[in-house]
Parts: sequence; C-alpha cells; structure tokens
Amino acid sequence: MSAAIRITQVSKCFGSVRALDQVDLEVQRGEFFGLLGPNGAGKTTLISALAGLVRADSGSLNVMGHDVQLDYRAARRLLGVVPQELVFDPFFTVRESLKIQSGYFGIRDNDEWIDEILENLGLTSKANANMRMLSGGMKRRVLVAQALVHRPPVIVLDEPTAGVDVELRQTLWAFIRRLNEAGHTIVLTTHYLEEAENLCNRIAMLKAGRVVALDTTAQLLRRFSTHCLRLRTDGAMPAELAADAAQNGGWWSLPFDAFDQVEPMLAKIRAAGCRIDDLEIGKPDLEEVFVRVMQGQHEGQVS
Amino acid sequence: MGHGFSTLFYKEVLRFWKVASQTVGAPVLTALLYLLIFSHVLAGHVQVHGVIYTAFLIPGLVMMSVLQNAFANSSSSLIQSKVTGNIVFVLLPPISYLEFYLAYVLASVVRGLVVGAGVLLATFWFAPLDFVEPWWILVFALMGGAILGSLGVIAGIWADKFDQLAAFQNFLIMPLTFLSGVFYSVHSLPPFWQQVSHWNPVFYMIDGFRHGFFGVSDASPWLSLAVVGSCLALLTVFTLNLLKRGYKLRA
Repeated sequence: MSAAIRITQVSKCFGSVRALDQVDLEVQRGEFFGLLGPNGAGKTTLISALAGLVRADSGSLNVMGHDVQLDYRAARRLLGVVPQELVFDPFFTVRESLKIQSGYFGIRDNDEWIDEILENLGLTSKANANMRMLSGGMKRRVLVAQALVHRPPVIVLDEPTAGVDVELRQTLWAFIRRLNEAGHTIVLTTHYLEEAENLCNRIAMLKAGRVVALDTTAQLLRRFSTHCLRLRTDGAMPAELAADAAQNGGWWSLPFDAFDQVEPMLAKIRAAGCRIDDLEIGKPDLEEVFVRVMQGQHEGQVS
Repeated sequence: MGHGFSTLFYKEVLRFWKVASQTVGAPVLTALLYLLIFSHVLAGHVQVHGVIYTAFLIPGLVMMSVLQNAFANSSSSLIQSKVTGNIVFVLLPPISYLEFYLAYVLASVVRGLVVGAGVLLATFWFAPLDFVEPWWILVFALMGGAILGSLGVIAGIWADKFDQLAAFQNFLIMPLTFLSGVFYSVHSLPPFWQQVSHWNPVFYMIDGFRHGFFGVSDASPWLSLAVVGSCLALLTVFTLNLLKRGYKLRA
C-alpha cells in the first residue's frame, strides 16, 4: 500500500532563495503528522508543491501513490488543503461556496455531506449568509469546510488556528480528530507547539528548506527534552548539582530522567543548607525541543 | 468536459449575473448614451453604404459592447481572484488547463452576448434594422467575444495589480475597439488610416458583424471570417500554452 504522502528529494528555488532543499518525507496512511518550523522554513512551499500550486524544481511528490504533476487529477482528488491565508469569494453564500467547490471536484448533489460538515464546524446557522458578512473565525471554518467537500483521504491544514478563538480551536480539533479516527491522514502546520504535541503522533521540523528533525512526538520529546526540577533558592546550589543545572534569575533548572532522582536531589540541597523558596516540576515540552533543534544543536540527527 | 468545467463556467456566469446592474446595466446605458449623442449630431448628415447613420451605428455599438464586456468579464474575474487569493479554490481541484480556459472564455462570451442583446433591445427602436444574413451576426459575435475573452484571460493572468489591468484595457483594448469602424465606415477615412484600420482585427469583427445586418460591408465577410478565425486560433493556442505552463498561476 502506498504512503499517504511521499516526498522524494524535492527542491525549489525562488530566485536566489532556496525554499526547499532536497526534502524527503513520508507520511503513512492514518497518521496525524505535524510539520513545524519557523516562518520562512518552507512549510507552506512544501504544502503548495504537494497541492500543485507550486512546481518543484526537482524531485517528486506523491499523494496516495499518485504523482502530483503527472497524475494531478487523481492526486488532487485525494488531497484537501486548508490554505493559510484567509481567502473567500465575496460573491457567494457559504452554501453556494461549498456547492461550487464540490462541483469543481466533479461532485453533484453533495448536500448531505455539506450539511454534515456545516454541522460539525458549527456553521449551520450561517449556511445562507454571504461570505462577506462572516467574522474572521467563521471564514476560517468555511475554508476548512471547502477543503473537505470531496471527502479527501489526505487533509493538509496550513496553520488553521492562527488568530482563532478557543472555541473554534476546540471544535476544529474535535472534528479533525474524528476524521483522523475515521481513517483520514492529517498533516498540520502550526506555531502552537502545544497543539502539535497533543495532536500529532509524528513530527517533522523544517529549517531553511531542510528537514532537521523527524521522529515520533514521544521520541522527539525524549531525545531533546527532559523532566526538570525548577527551584528558586536563596542563591546557593551544591556544586555537584550546579554542574548540570541552568540558572535563570533566581531559578535553577535541574534536569532528571526518572522521578526517583528527585528525592536525592532535594536531599543534597537540604544537606547543603540551601533554602528553597519555590519549587515546580517541568515536563518535557515540544517548545524546548523546537528551540534546541532550531539552534542547530542536533543537526544531522535526522532519523 | 467534466462537471468541474461546467461548475466553473456556471460560477463565472453567476458571478457577473449577481452584480448585473454593474456588469450588464451599466454598459447598456453607456451604449445608449453613445447612440443618443452621435445620432443626434450626425443623423441626417451622414449615410453609410446607403444606410442611415443611426441604423449603421447600432450594430457597431452592439458589437463594441460584446467585445468590451467579454474582455472585462474574464480579466476582472481573474485579477480579483488573484488579488484576494481565492484563485486557489480553482487551482486546487482537478480542473485541467483546457477546462479552465474554456470555462472563463465561454462565460465571457455569455456576458458579451447578454450585454450585446441588451444594447440591441435598448437601441433598435431608434432606427429600422434589417437582419439580412443573421448567421454572420451570430458567428462574429461568438468569435469576437471568444477573442476578447481570451485576451481577458491573458491580461487577468499577466496583471499583478488593478492598474496594470487598467493599462492593458486603456492602451490596447479601447484604442482597438474605438478605431475599428464602430462609429464610421473606414472608407470615409483618408487612405493612410484606411490601411492602418485594415491591420486592426477588431475592424473585421465589427465589419463582419455589421454585414449580417445590412448585407453590405467594407470588407468581404469571408475575409473577415478568415482574419477573425485566425486570430481566435492563434490566441487560443497562446493562452492554452500560458495556462499549461502555469504562468503566474502555479509558481
């Protein structure tokens, strides 16, 4: 069975800017995949190349085994893309937009599915409103709906929650999760790392057009981030512990791998006579992984 | 042609029909004003091919409206979609470049014909019109509309901003349509300008169209058909090639 997405040695230049540099990436069917990276890393270019909006200079891109250039009809039918820009056609109502979009994909009489999407995205009451009358969040929902009219098995969302309120975020993710559970492959780009951490089972990080990290979310967290004990003390710290610790203001961060190491650490601090003013335990988080990967400390560790 | 094509065509027609007062009403009114002013000034003084001036003028105005509105339809739709970004809705689905071309051009032809019919309805009370060879009327209206619709596709894709599109319209389309014998017979021009006019393809569109009404024209309708047909074929090939390469649409 072919992968949901297979990207092989894809490069793309815009003038002298190398937007994508020999990117290799494979997303399996049924995955919830995160594509992370700072602005300008090439995420949107990669998605655009996959969607046929941008033509790669070299390499190939496949959706469910169909080349996006040579076999574009099949590839596009299998792919649903939610663009990053908040775009809409001011001439039409929500329902008209969705019916027209269905037609572009060769689908007639799509009302039942359109109703279901509208319901799931909380758009039912706006179905007959003109696109111009909708708030930004509502327009964003319609963009998601438009990407789903043809029931694509592979769904790509390019920063779908940028500038979106909490309620929509929750509605959206609940819906996308259901689609994922129903077998749809999801690819997501976002700057909210917490979102990626909660949702994605695998993550790729892009930097300057190259994949600099690729692993399951759990592995990435384990490799690049640890639990840590954070303490605010009266300033002192036993030399033995200070060697591994980072100090930031009055706070010390002491990394540890397993919880049974916490007690001995605290004992050492007590034995040294240091006063503890505040204490918290930090979990490994993707933000730390992201920062460390982007600082290039782990370049070449692509697995 | 699949359902994707017919949907895009339908959407393009619906788009202009939803704002028909601007896209149909306004050009009909403009043509009517031209008729009132020119016929007031010139009727009684001028006869062309033995036809009274007002009657001569009407087919010219109808055809000019067909052409200008066919151009306006595809060009304005594309530039708006590009500037607002909603062009992605058309680029993401499995629509071939041929379907894309035909949908935009045919919708332009429809807009041209609707406006042309509107101008005819609004003006034909003013002078007796014949419809001597109606098939010429239809052929030239369709082909002229398709040519300007294609030019509109080219301009809409090429222009990045509205002022570039306006330049295309003001410096190319307007002079070509105004200097094509809409308001006069080119035989009334000095020889030099007659020669110049014969290099203007729009002249043949209007001349052939007018032939359908009166059975007389400056050039033979068969010559006009050959010129207009060649132009359409050339532009179609050129535009299809642009679309196939994804010029300015697919980077």
